[in-house]
Amino acid sequence: MTTTDHVQKVAADANVRHFLSRIAFTIILTIIGLLFALPMVWLVLAPFDATPTLSLEWPDWTLQNFARLAENPYALRSIGNSLLLGIGTMLIVVVLGALAAYAMSRIRIPGRDGILYGLLLLSSIVTGTAAMVPTFQIITQLGLINSYVGVLLVLAGGILPTVIFILKDFMDSIPKSYEESARLYGAGPFRILRDVVVPIARPGLAFIAIWTIVQVWGNFLVPFILLRSPDLQPAAVLMYTFYTESGQADLRLISTFALLFSAPVLLIYFIVNRRYGFRFHGGIKS
Amino acid sequence: MAGITTTQLVKEYPGGVRGVDEIDVEIHDGEFFALLGPSGCGKTTLLRSIAGLEAISSGTLVIGDRDVTNAEPGVRGVAMVFQDYALFPHMDVGDNIAYPLRIKHVKRDERRATAERVADGLSLQGLIERRPGQLSGGQQQRVALARAVATRPDVLLLDEPLSNLDARLRLEARTFLKELQRDLGVTTVFVTHDQAEALALADRIAVMRAGKLQQIGTPREVFQRPNNTFVAGFIGSNPMNLVAATVEGGAIAIGETPVPVPSGTESLVHDGQSVIWGIRPEYLTWSDAEEPGGIPAEVSVVENLGASVLIAVNVGGHKFQVVVPEHREPAPGDRGWIVPQAAKTLLFDAETTERIG
Repeated sequence: MTTTDHVQKVAADANVRHFLSRIAFTIILTIIGLLFALPMVWLVLAPFDATPTLSLEWPDWTLQNFARLAENPYALRSIGNSLLLGIGTMLIVVVLGALAAYAMSRIRIPGRDGILYGLLLLSSIVTGTAAMVPTFQIITQLGLINSYVGVLLVLAGGILPTVIFILKDFMDSIPKSYEESARLYGAGPFRILRDVVVPIARPGLAFIAIWTIVQVWGNFLVPFILLRSPDLQPAAVLMYTFYTESGQADLRLISTFALLFSAPVLLIYFIVNRRYGFRFHGGIKS
Repeated sequence: MAGITTTQLVKEYPGGVRGVDEIDVEIHDGEFFALLGPSGCGKTTLLRSIAGLEAISSGTLVIGDRDVTNAEPGVRGVAMVFQDYALFPHMDVGDNIAYPLRIKHVKRDERRATAERVADGLSLQGLIERRPGQLSGGQQQRVALARAVATRPDVLLLDEPLSNLDARLRLEARTFLKELQRDLGVTTVFVTHDQAEALALADRIAVMRAGKLQQIGTPREVFQRPNNTFVAGFIGSNPMNLVAATVEGGAIAIGETPVPVPSGTESLVHDGQSVIWGIRPEYLTWSDAEEPGGIPAEVSVVENLGASVLIAVNVGGHKFQVVVPEHREPAPGDRGWIVPQAAKTLLFDAETTERIG
């Protein structure tokens, strides 16, 4: 065997090995991808199955489950309640968050960053399990149990610090000369906020709006402890009540409701995306 | 149209640092006025105080015949072009130019018409519907100028108007600015750290340093008769040659050579006084042969400036710069004489650095 032959053989071996490792890599990625896709596929298929189980199978096609859900007096209303809470919290959070972030960004307060980080760290407690009892007591003493005002206050209070933190970064990236320029032509602070700051921070505000709705949409704990009447319950809480008479989880209702539950959030995402050119750069300066 | 008068104007920051320190300036109606100085000298702070973007700590500011020391920026009748132009990125050129009118509640049609008229005047035809991001640097500057003059302000303030343009465009914009200012006849104050820009554009220049005024005068005055060694060194594309010396019998010794003190200063100095002798490189000539009044020197460095040559020469431990016409330049190591134009020499007090005479 000559040296040239040997070199060629080694090169061919390396090629084969590279090829095989690529195949193995692709197969592993496909399996992982499928694992993640399974629940999604279940979510789409199960509502149309007459007898859904937790396993994934080709459905026995029917729309019966949707008809049953429509008969449930609370199901559709709860989606409406969720929308009300989501949009309500979103409005509070976007308006207050924008004002606070603008002020935080422009006014020099000693220990400003400390305040922001402190708020951010503590905020997860407000809507979290740890503060559940005190939150409940405060809301009871305020007489706001079983009212949306109480729920909106707690939800907005929990979300606002994060929002202010993210929006402040957006506001910081807006050159001061824009505002000074507007000021020279006689514009007041609110006018500047409306004409200059808000339009420029719009991608950030759109992100905050969507993010808030998603947070509220999926929040179970706060409405669960603060609301009593079943007809006030949002969708995330209602799902918890879908049991059969024998105490088994009613998969027909749960799967159908889960599909309905996820639809509005996707819809809002697409609407906002089209109207406001929603970009996912969060607090990163573009 | 209006003049600007500041009296003992002070801008003091928390902590006692004075950005602007007791400035008295009188800017005449329709004048093109430059605030010149190195970075951090307070020139931009003074401009921003005139605009109302910085609160004045003490002193007064009068624009026209109104005291506007504590007035809101919007009511001072001033317009300003920022260094970064501050064009609103979400509005098109027309809306940008018309924005001041929108605040004054002018109707949309009228705003658009005014914007187009002003834009035409600044050769921005056909760009009305573009966004600022789609314009070149020069066009952006003209849009910013258009927005500033759209409301016919009494005073136009320009913060480093040419610094964001590349070198070639800068010359073009300089001529354009001067023409625009003359056409509008608006009192214009601009800030620059570039002495050439100030000399070229301004009717009068205020030279500042560390918040304090050093000299106010026409470009010719600050160039020919600087008040102190700072102005002498700052003005001119090649700084003035400044040499410490001692007066001895109506003359000073440069190296070994006695040079008479400038005419008119003889009676103002006395023997033994420490002074600084100054002469601009442009007012020194180089000679291969000995000439009356010539100072022996040796060439150390030769720098080509295009139409002229800047040579550095050594005279008994002192370094001088001399501007020599092209084709006449000596080579490094050559020995010869530098000849000052007697009428152009200046004398400064070594202690106060103030000009004598």
